[in-house]
Amino acid sequence: MTIEELNQTQADETARQQALDERIYCCTAAGCISCGAEGLRNAITEQVKSQGRLDKVEVCGTGCMGMCSRGPLVMAASGTALYGNVTPSDAPALASGNPLDRRPLADRQIDLNAPFFTQQVRIVLANSGRVDPEKLTDYIAAGGYQSLARALTELKPPEVIEEVKTSGLRGRGGAGYPTGLKWELVSKQISPTKYIVCNADEGDPGAFMDRSVLEGDPHRVLEGMAIAGYAVGAQQGYIYVRGEYGLAIQRLQTAIKQAEREHLLGSRILESGFGFRIDLRIGAGAFVCGEETALIASIEGKRGQPRQRPPYPPESGLWNQPTLINNVETFANIPPIIEKGGAWFASIGTPSSKGTKVFALAGKIANTGLIEVPMGTALRTILFDIGGGIPEGKFKAAQTGGPSGGCIPEQFLDTPVDYESLARIGSIMGSGGLIVMDNASCMVDVARFFMEFCMDESCGKCIPCRAGTVQMHDILRRMTLGDASEDDLAMLEELSGLLRETSLCGLGQTAPNPVMSTLRYFRQEYEAHIRERRCPAGHCRIEAGVPA
Amino acid sequence: MSVKTLEIDGKMLTGVAGETIFSVAWNKGIRIPRLCHIGGISDVGACRLCLVEIEGQKKLQASCLTPVEEGMVVHTDTPKLRAHRRLIVELLFAERNHICSVCVMNGDCELQELATELGIDHVRVRYQFPSLPVDLTHERFGLDHNRCILCTRCIRVCDEVEGAHTWDMLGRGTNSRVISDLGEPWGASDSCTSCGKCVQVCPTGALFAKGKAVGEMRKDRTFLKYIVTAREKKQWIE
Amino acid sequence: MEEWRFAIQIAAFSGRGDPTPIAETEKPLPAAVKDNRDKLLERAMSRHQYSGDALIEVLHTAQELYGFLSPERLKTIARKLRLPPSRVLGVASFYHFFSLEPKGEHTMVVCLGTACYVAGALGLVEVLQRRCGAGSKVSVQTARCIGSCGLAPAVIADGKILARVTKASLGAELDRIG
Repeated sequence: MTIEELNQTQADETARQQALDERIYCCTAAGCISCGAEGLRNAITEQVKSQGRLDKVEVCGTGCMGMCSRGPLVMAASGTALYGNVTPSDAPALASGNPLDRRPLADRQIDLNAPFFTQQVRIVLANSGRVDPEKLTDYIAAGGYQSLARALTELKPPEVIEEVKTSGLRGRGGAGYPTGLKWELVSKQISPTKYIVCNADEGDPGAFMDRSVLEGDPHRVLEGMAIAGYAVGAQQGYIYVRGEYGLAIQRLQTAIKQAEREHLLGSRILESGFGFRIDLRIGAGAFVCGEETALIASIEGKRGQPRQRPPYPPESGLWNQPTLINNVETFANIPPIIEKGGAWFASIGTPSSKGTKVFALAGKIANTGLIEVPMGTALRTILFDIGGGIPEGKFKAAQTGGPSGGCIPEQFLDTPVDYESLARIGSIMGSGGLIVMDNASCMVDVARFFMEFCMDESCGKCIPCRAGTVQMHDILRRMTLGDASEDDLAMLEELSGLLRETSLCGLGQTAPNPVMSTLRYFRQEYEAHIRERRCPAGHCRIEAGVPA
Repeated sequence: MSVKTLEIDGKMLTGVAGETIFSVAWNKGIRIPRLCHIGGISDVGACRLCLVEIEGQKKLQASCLTPVEEGMVVHTDTPKLRAHRRLIVELLFAERNHICSVCVMNGDCELQELATELGIDHVRVRYQFPSLPVDLTHERFGLDHNRCILCTRCIRVCDEVEGAHTWDMLGRGTNSRVISDLGEPWGASDSCTSCGKCVQVCPTGALFAKGKAVGEMRKDRTFLKYIVTAREKKQWIE
Repeated sequence: MEEWRFAIQIAAFSGRGDPTPIAETEKPLPAAVKDNRDKLLERAMSRHQYSGDALIEVLHTAQELYGFLSPERLKTIARKLRLPPSRVLGVASFYHFFSLEPKGEHTMVVCLGTACYVAGALGLVEVLQRRCGAGSKVSVQTARCIGSCGLAPAVIADGKILARVTKASLGAELDRIG
C-alpha cells in the first residue's frame, strides 16, 4: 500500500459507512463476551439479514465501550444510542431500525450525557467501541496509520522524538519515566540491531486496561510501535502479551497479518525505505515478567528473573542490544501525538503529568468498567461522578497500583490523580487499576491479600523478597486470625523497610507498599486485631478465647 | 586502562575501570559480607548482603555488580546496612532447617561465620520448618536441601567452569529448589561429571562430600578387646 | 493448516484465564492433530530453527498438543534444542502456565483478582477444595484476575465463564458435572 492508496482507502471506507442507514456496534470485549455478546451479535446479524436490510445496516463487533457492569452493550444508530443488558430477544427490535420497535429497550438505554461519558476524555480509547478491531479498513477510516505515514514522509527520526518529548508523555506502565527521553537514549546508541518491546504483561489483579486496548484497537498499538521503531532505528518489535489474554492474542495476530499484507508492517512500509516487523511473545504466567529485565529474560527463553540495573535496557537489553520497552498504553498514545502534535497533548492534564490515563474501575462501585480521564482529575470525580459512587455501604478506601500501590483513604478523595500527587500520599499511579473498597473490607486482610500475591509471584532470586514476603504474609495472616503481638507489628515494619531498600527489583521493592499505606491510614485496625483480637470491619473470623 | 580513585569507608583507594566496588574493597582488606558472590564465576547480585551506600545515590547498590567510578564515596558498614544484613541472615536461618550442631560444615560455614560477625544470637522471625529431602544417591557427594540458601553458586560453576550445566533451579519464590537434570536423583544424572566443583563452592553444608557428616562417624571400639585378649593369652605373632 | 493451529491455541488457553473465545470453540483435538502431535511439535521447533531462545514458544506448543509436559517430552525438547535438561525443567517449572502433570477431566478456575477477592472468591475456593479433593475428576485452579472484574466473583468452568458465582450456584455446577 502506498500513501495515496492509504488515503484512498480511508475516503472509500468513510463514504461506504456514510451511505449506510445505520451501524450497530456490539461490544465484543472480554467482559461483554462473557455475558453472551457473541450470540447477541449473531442474533442481530441474523435479524438484519431476515429483514432484508443487509445493504443498509452494518453490524460490527467493537472494543470495550466502558460500562462493563451493564454488559452486553450495544450502540445503535451509528453511535448515538447505547443500550445495556441487551439479550438476543431484543435483536428484532434493534435490527428493524424503526424507533417505535425500539421502545421496549427504552428503560435499558444508557444516557450518553451522563457524567460517566461527559467527564471522560478519550484519546487512547478514542476508537474503542467505534471501530471493529478485526477490520483494518475500519481503523484506516478512523484515520489510522496516517500518523505513521506522516512520520515516514514529513519527519526525520529526531523530529519524531522531539514531538514525543514536547508532548510530555510519561510511561504508562507505572513508573512514569518520560517517554521522549527513553526514546532519545535508545536512538543515541550506536548499534545495527535495536529492538522495540511492548510490555503487555499486565498482571496487576484488578487491572484490565491494556487488555481492553489490545482487544479493542490493536492496530493503534502496532502503529505506535512502528513509529517508535522509525524514531529510534529499530527493525524488530516484540509484543509480550499475557498468556491469559486469549482474545487479545487472537486479535493481535489478525491485526499483524492484516498490516503485513498491506505493507503497513514488514519491509518497505508504505513504499518507504523503512522496514519494521512485529512478533508476538506469549507470557506463561509470571507476574514478575512485567519487570523489564525479567521480561527480556523471558523473551530470550529463560526463567523470568530480573537482573541488576544498570545497564538499563536502552543500553543493553534484549540479546544485549539497545532495547526500548514501553507499555501498551504508552504506545497507544503515540499516533495521536504525531497526528495532532506534542503541544496539543501537553495542553491536557497537569504541568508534570500530561495527557490522559485509562483506569479500570472495579470493586464496590456502581459503574465497574473502563474509563479514560485527563491527568489531574480528582479521585472524587472519578469515583463518584464517573463511577457512580458506592452502591451500598460507605466508602473506605481506593486502591491504586495493585500489589505495588497503596490504599487511599477518604480524606484524600480530592487529590488530583497524577504521578506526584499519588506518590505523596503513599500510593502510586501504577498501570491504572482502581479498586474501591467499602467499610465491609478489612484493611489488614487487604494487605494480606496483596502480600500473598507478592509471595506467590516472587521469583525467588533475591533473599529479601523470597523470604521476606513469606514472613510478612505469615505475620499478616496471624493478625487476621487474632494470633499476633506488638512485636509482630514491629517486625512487619522492619521487614517493610528491608524489602523496600534491599530487594533486587521493583516487585520486592514495592511489595510492602500496601502494608505501609494501610499502616499509615488504618493503623487502628491493625491495633484492634492485635490488642482486642477484633476485626473492626467484621471481616476476619477471629475465634474467641486464647489464640492458637 | 584508566584508573579510578574513590573513597571506601574513609580510605582513598584506586581501582581499574570496570572493576567492581566489591573487588577493590576486598583487595584492600575491607571485607564486605557476601554469600552469592565467589571469585571466578559471574555475579548475580542475589543475596543483597554486599549492598553498600554510595553518597549521592538514593538506592543501596550491590557492590559485586557496581563498577567503581571516579570520586565515588562508598560506605560499607553503616548502622542501616548492618541492620539490613542482620535481618537478611535471620530470614535465611528461618527459611530452611539450619542446625549448625549436626552440620558437616560446622565451623567452616560462610552463613555461620556471617551470623557470628553480625552478632546474631537469636532469630526474631518465625522458623518455617519446611519438609525437604536429602539426596544421597551420588557415589561421592550429597545434597541436603535443608541447608541450601539458593545462592546459585553451584549452578553457575557447573555451567560456566565445568560446562556440564547439571544443576538448575526448579520452581520459583520460596518453593525454589536446586535440581539436577530433569529433577532426577543426583546419582542418576547423565550430565554430572562428578568433578565436585559445586561441592567446593557451596557456602553452607548443602553440598558436601560423603563420609564427613556427624552421623557418618563410626568408632571401632572392638579393637581393644582383641589386643587385651592377645596380651593375656600371649598370642604373639612370631 | 493455519485454521486448526489456531483452534488448538484457543483450546489451550481455555483452561487458564481467558474466558473469551472458548465457549463455542473448545473441542477435543481433531484426530488429524492428535495422530500427528510429534510431527507438529517437530515442525514448531524447526520453525524456530531449533533455537534455545524459543524454548518458551516450544513449551507452549507442546502443552497445547499434549495437555501437559511429561519428563519424556521435556527430555526430547532439551535434546532437540540442545539445552541442558535442567534448564528446560527450570523454565517449565518457573511459569505457572505450564503443567507438569496431567489435568483432571474438568477444570474449575477461580479468579482471585482483587475485585473477585473483595466479592468473596475465597469462599468459593474453600467449597471447591472441600468437594474436589484427591482423586476428583475436577482440577481446581486459581487465577490472578481474568479481567472480568465486572462479573465478580467469576469462575471459569471448563472454559465457560460463570458470573457472580455463589457457593450455592457453584455447588449446583459441581453436581451437574458429577
